[in-house]
Amino acid sequence: MQLEYFQLIDRILDLNIVEKTITVEAQVPTTSTVFEGHFPGYPIMPGVLLIESMAQTSGWLLVALMKFERMPFLAAVKEAKMRGFVTPGELLTVEASVVHEGSGYAITDAKVKVGGKLRCNATLTFSHVPFPNPDLRGHMDAVAKRIGFPSQAIA
Amino acid sequence: MSSTFDQVAQIIAETCDIPRDTITPDSHAIDDLGIDSLDFLDIAFAIDKAFGIKLPLEKWTQEVNDGKATTEQYFVLKNLCARIDELVAAKGAGGA
Repeated sequence: MQLEYFQLIDRILDLNIVEKTITVEAQVPTTSTVFEGHFPGYPIMPGVLLIESMAQTSGWLLVALMKFERMPFLAAVKEAKMRGFVTPGELLTVEASVVHEGSGYAITDAKVKVGGKLRCNATLTFSHVPFPNPDLRGHMDAVAKRIGFPSQAIA
Repeated sequence: MSSTFDQVAQIIAETCDIPRDTITPDSHAIDDLGIDSLDFLDIAFAIDKAFGIKLPLEKWTQEVNDGKATTEQYFVLKNLCARIDELVAAKGAGGA
């Protein structure tokens, strides 16, 4: 994770196109300027960033299902529950599954676990469109390599 | 049609917190009920689930943007319900 660069996930552990599920791993850094303000003397991972980690995880699942032809954008967050603090240095497992694939939108359920225990979950809605420009597509290709996107899964 | 309308009206009332008795077959979802595109995604999801179909929102939006259709054709509720009935019938015939 590099919180300042919005890199909220580190690697894809499992991507199941048939079941429409994904599991990723994310190591919360031990130090970050984010923790200097959230909160002084009591650093915890901001809930909005946990939601972002679930959104990015869901996003990669949707990108895979759409074979890198379309880009999902977070449109709505529902039933987001922060069930326990996430602290610097913890290893997150983030899971997502598709609830519904509509026309131009999709809905996922996502959860963040630490040591097998649920820390937060949410239902997320995405709208998706063809990649708006080559730069974004190129960026996603680069990130895919960094996080070990299993290209054979969508071949 | 009436059954479809009742279901759709109930979905809209619950999803968008709009009084059920203000929703009529002639209501325009956008112009009369003030439903925006994000709220309409929730409605589409509920309709997709309730009727076992996939509303072709992208196609409709494209047709409206291209001037090939009017919003009334898809977003006046009686017309929306007619489209839903067509999709349900097509699904029953194995075409969707």
